Parts: sequence; C-alpha cells; structure tokens
Amino acid sequence: MEFQIPQTDFTTIGPPLVLSVWATALLLIDLFIANKRTTAILALVGLAAGAAVALPFYGQTPRVSFEGMALLDDTAIAIDWILTLVTAITILFAMDYLKRQAIEMGEFYPVLLFTTSAMMMMAHGRNLIVLFISLEWLSIGLYILAGFAYPRIRSQEAAMKYLLYGAFAAGFLIYGTALVYGVTGTVDMATIADQLRANQAMRTSPLLLVGLGLLLIGFGYKISMVPFHMWTPDVYEGSPTPVSAYMSAATKAAGFAALLRVVQIAFPVDVLPTWQIIVAILAALTMVIGNIAAVAQSNIKRMLAYSSIAHAGFILCALVAIGEPGAVQSYLYYILAYALTNLGAFAVVIALEQAGEERFDIADLAGIGWRQPLLGAAMAVFMLSLAGVPPLAGFFAKWLVFQVAYQAGFWWLALIGLLSSVVSAFYYLRIIVNMYMRERSEPVPSFTTAPLLLGVGVAALLVVVQGFLTNPVLTLVGQTVAAGR
Amino acid sequence: MVPTEYYVLLSTVLFTIGVIGVLTRRSALVVFMSVELMLNSANLALVAFSRQWNHVDGQILTFFVITVAAAEVAVGLALLVGIFRTRRTTNVDEVNTMRG
Repeated sequence: MEFQIPQTDFTTIGPPLVLSVWATALLLIDLFIANKRTTAILALVGLAAGAAVALPFYGQTPRVSFEGMALLDDTAIAIDWILTLVTAITILFAMDYLKRQAIEMGEFYPVLLFTTSAMMMMAHGRNLIVLFISLEWLSIGLYILAGFAYPRIRSQEAAMKYLLYGAFAAGFLIYGTALVYGVTGTVDMATIADQLRANQAMRTSPLLLVGLGLLLIGFGYKISMVPFHMWTPDVYEGSPTPVSAYMSAATKAAGFAALLRVVQIAFPVDVLPTWQIIVAILAALTMVIGNIAAVAQSNIKRMLAYSSIAHAGFILCALVAIGEPGAVQSYLYYILAYALTNLGAFAVVIALEQAGEERFDIADLAGIGWRQPLLGAAMAVFMLSLAGVPPLAGFFAKWLVFQVAYQAGFWWLALIGLLSSVVSAFYYLRIIVNMYMRERSEPVPSFTTAPLLLGVGVAALLVVVQGFLTNPVLTLVGQTVAAGR
Repeated sequence: MVPTEYYVLLSTVLFTIGVIGVLTRRSALVVFMSVELMLNSANLALVAFSRQWNHVDGQILTFFVITVAAAEVAVGLALLVGIFRTRRTTNVDEVNTMRG
C-alpha cells in the first residue's frame, strides 16, 4: 500500500501559525527573563512577524489548503491585521497596568498571543470543525485572562461567569454543527452550500433549520447578541481592564469574522434566506436593548459593555444585508472602526484604576480632560466616533451599514438603528461633559505612562484617519470582496 | 441495525437534560457536569450521523470535542479551586457581587 502525503500549503494559516509558534517559544523564554517588559516587547515582535507573513498574499488569488479546511483570502488577511493591531495596543495598555496591580506575570503575553492566534483561525477556517476548535481555543485563553487578577474576587467571578456561559454556548455550537452534519453529510462549508443548492429536501429539513439556529446561538454568545448578552457587563466589569478592552474589540472581530464565513460560504442568502429575517429581528433588539441599558449605567466599564452590545447590533445590520453589493465592505469597515474605538475607550479607565482600588464611576472622570489633555482628547474622539459624529470613522461606519440594510429592503432596521444611535449620543456625550465641564474638589488621581499614551494615540489617530480616508479604506477591503468570492 | 433516528432522539433528550441542568442547578460543579452532558450528546449525534453517512468526519470531530471539553474543565476546575479558597463556596448564586 502506498501512502501519499497530502500537499499542504502552510502559508494559508501563516499569521496564526507564526503567533502560535512564537507564543510557545515565548512561554519558555519568559522563564529566563526577569523584566517582564521585555516579554511584552518580544510579544510585540511576534505580532509584527505574524502580520508581515501575510503581506505577500494580500490582493492575490485566494488559497485553500489542509484538505479545504483553511483559507487565505483578503478578508482573512484584513481580519488578521485588525486583530494584530488590537492585540498590539492591548499589550501597550497592559504593560504598566499589570505592574501597578501587582499581577505582572510573564504568562500574560503568551496567553494573549495564543488567543489572538485562535481568533485569526476563525477567519481562516473553511470548515465547521476548524470554527468550533478555534472558538473554544480562544475562549479558554480568555477565561484565563479574565481571571488573571487572581486574588481579586471580581476577576474570579468574571472568569467563572464567562466560562459557564462560554461552555454553555459551546454546547449549542457543537450540537448545531452535529445537526448540520447530519442533514448535509459534511462539515466543509463550501460543500454544505453545494449540497443545499442541489437538494430541495435538505433546504427545508427542520433538523437543518434547528442546527442553523443552534449555530447562531453559539456565535451569538460570543458577539453578545441579545438575548445572549447577559454575561457581557459582568465579565467586562470584573476582568482586568486591558483584558476587557481586548475582549470587547478582538473577540467581537473574531466572532463576526466566523459568522461572516458561515453565512457567506455555508448558508448564502440565495440558497437559504430563512436566517435573514431572524438575524434582522435580533439585530434590532440588540441595538435597542444595548443602547437603552447603556443610558442607565453609572459605571464606565458597564456602560462600555452595553455600548459594545449595541454596536454588535449595528454590525449585524450589515450581516443581514450580506447579499447586497458593498455589504461585506461596510461590515469589515465597521469592525475596524468599532474595534479601534472601543479598545481606546477603555484606556481612560486603565488610567484611573489604581492598585487595589477601583474607580469606574462616570463621576470619577470629572476634570480629567484638563489634567490629562492627551488622554482626554483621545477619549473625546472615541466617544464622538462611537456616537457617530462626522467626520470620524464611527459616522461613516454607521452610514454605510444603514445604507446596505436599506438597499436590502430592511428599511425598518435602518430606521431603528438610526433612532437608537440618537439615544446613544446621550451617554457618549455625558462622558465628554464629565471630563471637561465638571470639577471635583478632590480629583481622582490618574496614571498615564508612555506605552498607554502611545496605544491610545495610535488608536485615536487611526479612528480619525479612517474617517477621512473612508474611500481608500473601502477600496482596500473592497478588493477583499472581489477576491473572496 | 438500530436506526439513526433513535440515536438522534436519545442525543436530543440528553442535550435537553444538560440544558435544564445548566439553567437550574446552582453548584458550579454540577453545571460543569451538565455542560459535559451537552457536549457528549453532540458526540453521540455526531457518531450516529457518521455511521449513517458512512464516513469518518463526525467521528474525528468527536475526538476534538472530547479534547476541548477536557481542556475547558481543567481551566474551570482551577478557577473553582481559586474561588473556593477566597469565598469558601462553589454556589454560583453566592459568587455574584456584580449586578445591573
């Protein structure tokens, strides 16, 4: 008997592969490093290497390998780069934060890299097995990171809640996968679409619809879509703040990347339109409930958590309209704008948080705009962008998303989005008012260090630049769409 | 040969028991066990479907699910031990200081 070793193209998983290998090495190297800042810088080097590996393949024809399990196209590369950016800024945020909180351990950075690697795999996967494993892989990393401030009870509680909800969601995801596999006889996403296209009975099979629903629940937990969002505020509040920032930006980006793959490759709208209306209703609920709940929050971290729920709803608007021309572009554009903005917004909380003491109340922001001019200005940019004020990235993102939703015939969804984003302006502007127009006799001390300011500065700059260069950015991700099909 | 439907039915029952367990039980350990039941019901369905389609995709996925479940429980139990050290309880309702 003759064995043939299958041709494997490792470049299809280049960036996540580099990150995983680097993280494994870093875990060992870290044992010999006394100054953990060096570990952080080495982690940044690994990130840069991972991002660079994908560079020659950008704009090329998509490549598929590992028996059709892994895919490298411009969408995957775009997501890789967004994740690289988010992780790099997170590392900058974490450097001094961990030290001040007395939880500085070198393992933080390798675990962060492993998690990022898993998130990248979500965008590279072309098979439900790969999606399931990557989702679990990133979740396990995040459980550890959420509980990283070990003796602190809130951090433990956050990790435990995240784990219980996450494991519950994993159950739904895998059972959904099992049902889809049972009906179509394959876990390869492209083959699932082919089977459904060819076979009328499969398309109307109740088992398939239940399976798809369960998949949606599984991913819905990760992107905190209403009604699967209950864990979000608690987990963001209790986790170490850089981890909350990372979760809100990177996990969302990865979850949305996987959802995009599922609906684009496995269940295209022209084959199975059923999910569209369900996702539309959930998107409307997510926007409304997220924004209204955010108004009632006095804790900044919880407010940002609800704001991240609301923005998941806005991104879902583009997912609903995914069959329209330009929908994938606006989807990716929104993910980039949202990831940078929400990530940056957590920086001000990090600056306020002292060792052992938690200052998360909106009133604690009083006067910080004058005492920390750079941080205050950046926070103002983030809040205006999240509220959707032109010419920042957040405005164009919302505009594009509502436009495609309208084109797809979901005018009511665009209308609900518009109205709820008017509501959202209230709580975003309240932050700015507190920063600049309130004073306190005893202002809360704030700490800014060079890495933190660098991270915030980069994020704020990119938010402004992305807004001004909307068209070039769209063309960049636009090639993505043409090639990804 | 036992028809696939029977296995699927059994796995649905197990899955439902798992979901009810997660939603109603308050001890974190029992919640973990219920999640395991959910994952294993999926495994049963995968293996049954795998036999029906006469290829191994589903069985391979089952191995991955088992591995992932073990890894998840490892982290979960570590967290549980940590929480027990500081709070002397594993009841998920008592570990609830954040609300809103």
